Amino acid sequence: MTRTVLIDPVTRIEGHAKITLHLDEGGHLVDARFHVVEYRGFEKFCEGRPFTEMAGITARICGICPVSHLLAAAKTGDKLLAVTIPPAAARLRRLLNLAQLTQSHALSFFHLSSPDFLLGWESDPAKRNVFGLMAADPDLARAGIRLRQFGQQVLELLGGRKIHSAWAVPGGVRTPLSAEAKAWILDRLPEARATVRLALDLYKRLLDGPLQREQRVFGDFPSLFLGLVGEGGRWEHIDGTIRLRASDGTIVADGLSEDDYHAFLGEAVEPWSYLKFPYYRPLGYPEGMYRVGPLARLNVCDSIGTPWADAELADLRSRSGRVATSSFAYHHARLVEIVACLEAIEELVNDPELMTGRVRSRAALNRNEAVGVSEAPRGTLFHHYVVDDDGLIQKVNLIIATGQNNLAMNRTVAQIAREFITEPVGADATIPEPLLNRVEAGIRCFDPCLSCSTHAAGQMPLRLELRAADGTLLAERCRG
Amino acid sequence: MSVVTLRVNGQEVAVPAGASLLEAARAAGVELPTLCHLEGLTPVGACRLCLVASETGGRLLPACATEAAEGMAIRTDTEELQRYRRMTVELFFAEGNHVCAFCVANGDCELQDVAVAVGMDHSRFPYRYPHRHVDASHPLFALDHHRCILCTRCVRVCDEIEGAHVWDVAQRGSECTIIAGLDEPWGAVEACTSCGKCVDVCPTGALFRKEDTTAEKHPHAERPEQLRRAREQQQWRNQ
Repeated sequence: MTRTVLIDPVTRIEGHAKITLHLDEGGHLVDARFHVVEYRGFEKFCEGRPFTEMAGITARICGICPVSHLLAAAKTGDKLLAVTIPPAAARLRRLLNLAQLTQSHALSFFHLSSPDFLLGWESDPAKRNVFGLMAADPDLARAGIRLRQFGQQVLELLGGRKIHSAWAVPGGVRTPLSAEAKAWILDRLPEARATVRLALDLYKRLLDGPLQREQRVFGDFPSLFLGLVGEGGRWEHIDGTIRLRASDGTIVADGLSEDDYHAFLGEAVEPWSYLKFPYYRPLGYPEGMYRVGPLARLNVCDSIGTPWADAELADLRSRSGRVATSSFAYHHARLVEIVACLEAIEELVNDPELMTGRVRSRAALNRNEAVGVSEAPRGTLFHHYVVDDDGLIQKVNLIIATGQNNLAMNRTVAQIAREFITEPVGADATIPEPLLNRVEAGIRCFDPCLSCSTHAAGQMPLRLELRAADGTLLAERCRG
Repeated sequence: MSVVTLRVNGQEVAVPAGASLLEAARAAGVELPTLCHLEGLTPVGACRLCLVASETGGRLLPACATEAAEGMAIRTDTEELQRYRRMTVELFFAEGNHVCAFCVANGDCELQDVAVAVGMDHSRFPYRYPHRHVDASHPLFALDHHRCILCTRCVRVCDEIEGAHVWDVAQRGSECTIIAGLDEPWGAVEACTSCGKCVDVCPTGALFRKEDTTAEKHPHAERPEQLRRAREQQQWRNQ
């Protein structure tokens, strides 16, 4: 009789999901799947609303990365108005996104993932979290929390609040940066830089030591990588064009516009998940699997453009190859991107254009359809709106970063399960907890945001169910 | 000018003859919550938030639409009135689709303020989630019926101050709705002068400027009274 082992919910991620491990008659693992079990319905209930509300509505999709939706919605709004936003507004939006990337990456690394590396895969699950990290290494935990606070504070200085600000609007932004805010950012930058240097040194020691197996088996497979690149192929997070690079380093497509996303991206649906499965259309489904996010951005770009970040990029590439194919390298990529963000923030706040002139272009509706794109912490985010002549939404399509990693997350889960669950699983479903944690950690590499990708949350108790092929519950265990 | 004297919460107060109980309460330093009432516009007693009780019993009285009479004695804050006021506000929220999170009026909304004032932390009534629509046919402004509480301030300001009478009320009961012209799209009503007074006096985010995004609406509820006073006193001729 074939059976299914269920990990439900997956913990220390943003959102609600479960993992099923499929066993054959002998208890051997045959497959693993990552299911997203939330349904949100944003694309539907936005219909009929004025497009000017979309930034405010879609920002509410997520409490971790509302800025990404805010920016994508504002950029889509710019196109509906058919305006060019003022230079200062373009820089202020960049600053907002850099702060967002910093705070979200700090959250992923310090709060969610580092307990696995620093406290150990086998450590007590009840303490394998940020509170356990505080007890074991209070200085590191404090520095990590303050790094996230730095990013969050910049968001508040710009948008008036840390979460769910509606500061970016069609046509630009609402308010300029104050001189006091600029001074605060410059004052706190050295501490933020020191924290990320500490984290990088620590993480590289772990890569050279106890994490070697994880680098090899946590989702290491060839795939395409998709992300924005700027002029000269530089690392980009809000403007620029879309590039796809294959694992062998070949640039598969370059200079693509988000306006044409439908021509190169398809969205498949599977009956066992609410999360869609986007794929690169020319290669078909599922061969067109691609990855987005920090690792993809570093893989697709030629350089970052600031000295320390470029040095760290070179180090990452010397360890993982020109195109890093292991999903475990997402953690390293996140730290490199924090470096890139901090350097870019410093450049921007010293840019005289940031503090000058108007920050909002005003116009009435001039187009009926537009696509906006931004690089969210977890990857490329597309907003596509169709509006009537009065500016009311007729159709919305949101392609979320986590969705684009869906195929790769499933592949990662299966690869880890095959590596670590080598013995037949008995009828009592006694899979050791550290092995289950590694399967979950495969998902954490991607820092998935399921609230976003299904258009709720928090740390939930983990439930493990063993089910027969006909769905009969054979055994059940809970933790949390 | 003749004067009437009455008691508000036991306190004696004198107001000009013809003043409302709301004015009498304010003269006594008592603030009553209101939504439909607006200085400068004819009172209609639609929202029922300013209900007061006569010490001699009888039905509750809408303070904005009841004339103060000599010797009256009213209470404004009995337990029953507080309960009714909170219930009224809860029913406003349950009856429409009021989502503050992305509303243009968030942070500067009289319905929100009143909810805080009456201590409403949740609605005990199930939300109706009615199917309504947004009329964005006007080039500058839009009307979101989801957020309309039928206070009729827009109807009155357009009729009494602007003199255009674009707005009216149609249907009855739960189907009751504000209409433009002869139930036409707002943008098709030629009588509209695009003055924006209806947007200025709307207590919620129902009427708004189309370019405004979340929390960007800042109404000017003081304008009807300013305009009426300016006309009556011919203020512009004295300068």
